[in-house]
Amino acid sequence: MKKTTLIKSGIAALAMAASGLFIPTPVFAQEAAAVVAESATVVVETPATPQEEPSPVEKYWDGKTGDLAMFTVNNLWICIAAALVFLMHLGFSCVETGLTQSKNTTNILFKNVFIVCMGLLAYAAYGFNSMYPGDNWTLSGFFAMGSPIAAGFTEADAQVANLTSEYNAGYTYWGDFIFQAMFAATAATIISGAVAERIKLGPFMIASTIIVAFAYPITGSWEWGGGWLSENFIDFAGSSLVHAFGGYAALAAVIVLGPRLGKYLPGGKIKPILGHSMPLATIGVFLLFVGWFGFNGGSVLSADAPLVSLVFVTTALAGAAGGVAAAFTSWALLKKPDLSMSLNGMLAGLVGITAGADSIAPWPAVLVGAISGVLVVFSVLFFDKIKIDDPVGAISVHGICGNWGTIAVGIFGGGTFMTQLIGTVSISVFAFVFSLITFLVVKAIFGLRVSAEEEEGGLDIGEHGQEAYPDFVPNK
Amino acid sequence: MKKIEAIIKPFKLEEVKEALADLGIEGMTVSEVKGFGRQKGHTEIYRGSEYTVDFLPKIKIEVVVADSTLDGALSAIVKSAKTGKIGDGKVFVSPVDEAIRIRTDETGDKAI
Repeated sequence: MKKTTLIKSGIAALAMAASGLFIPTPVFAQEAAAVVAESATVVVETPATPQEEPSPVEKYWDGKTGDLAMFTVNNLWICIAAALVFLMHLGFSCVETGLTQSKNTTNILFKNVFIVCMGLLAYAAYGFNSMYPGDNWTLSGFFAMGSPIAAGFTEADAQVANLTSEYNAGYTYWGDFIFQAMFAATAATIISGAVAERIKLGPFMIASTIIVAFAYPITGSWEWGGGWLSENFIDFAGSSLVHAFGGYAALAAVIVLGPRLGKYLPGGKIKPILGHSMPLATIGVFLLFVGWFGFNGGSVLSADAPLVSLVFVTTALAGAAGGVAAAFTSWALLKKPDLSMSLNGMLAGLVGITAGADSIAPWPAVLVGAISGVLVVFSVLFFDKIKIDDPVGAISVHGICGNWGTIAVGIFGGGTFMTQLIGTVSISVFAFVFSLITFLVVKAIFGLRVSAEEEEGGLDIGEHGQEAYPDFVPNK
Repeated sequence: MKKIEAIIKPFKLEEVKEALADLGIEGMTVSEVKGFGRQKGHTEIYRGSEYTVDFLPKIKIEVVVADSTLDGALSAIVKSAKTGKIGDGKVFVSPVDEAIRIRTDETGDKAI
């Protein structure tokens, strides 16, 4: 296929799509005709005429259902959404860095880098097919063995169908894979914040790989893969399947790992270990917010105008409500408005609406987000009280608010309360138990914590031999 | 009056501060410094090349005490800052000619 022909047909496809989106085409046509009439002596190049060779997708599009332009727009949106979800890793990196001590920054960033890279590869090698087995269940409705993604497609009809709306009206096989892969990586990275500042790097890499590669596809298959929850349980973009999953896996990890040294003093006193960069934490949350437009918006699984735009609205309003609610709750409870709590609140609101962004109306979405925001403040305080040390509030934001968001669909959206409750509890319990066993086994074989001396000096030196801030820094 | 300068390991700061507070010494100045003694540094690798870091993060506490409380303060600091491991730090004592509390214009022992 000639490169120029490919580019020209690409432009033609986009032009077709664009002409469908922009309404005042009659006006343009009239103006163009007038120009041509006036400048009769000038040779005006007409727009692209039909090509000699059809583009690859046009070649096998004939006879397939649906409009190629719409399919292209749908798939494009899914790919853009996948990129936005990838951006969330930048957000996580910033939040986790900002809310922990500077002596551990290199270590936290390394964990974030590792998780997204490993998560994507594991999902390609095993997870995607384990989560979406089609008819190839190992234990029907509950578990399917995974396998690598397709190596490519020939032009044989059965294979090429993967690149057309025969695979799905919204996306090609590749679009499907990459969007879902980004979600898997996101679930894994939730754990890294909760275990920060005292976990050994190697054991963490092993445990998180096992959890994201094998456990995440299992719960994902229960609902999105057509398993035992898929009939009535609703989890639009993953309040339970991604967020609660990550939150409860993190909880199990933190229980096995133990708190940071000196965090919980005798007599019930809690020592605050301050994050070293509020600017970074704030930047991270704003980046996550942007990414959420892809996370929820892409979960429509098409570019359907009413649904995508509604989801953008419910997502944004819930996140906003969560931020405001957490700000005022922390102000009331803790005498001064707390920035880090407000940041957690925005995320809590976003997590809360994730299960029902397409089925909950805007004003109830505000309520869901607000309740999330209040909940997250109490939850953060609660976990500290029971000596569960979570430096970034991951368990509260993703675990507790993930449960709430799922249940909220039974109250404000299209689900029933009991089904939602059963679904979120079973996913949370599975994630917790799987993670607990994984971390216990890893701890027994490799050990899990760094030494007290290394924890005091900072994991940057201990684990990496590289300080994130090698020269004098303004703050610890 | 004597000035005590103590270079200690950073995580020992709370302990030392509380030990001094137990003696009734409640004012001090603290700075984040880097330094080394016989501890030497450690080798780090950056993008494939090794380099030696001699300076390690420490905390410097400066506190001025009355002559009568000097010995108690010194033993409190040494006891609470000691880990027995290399890099525990050092304490220096020097005489102070004058001290003035800015708010009240008090001088001498009344000012510390």
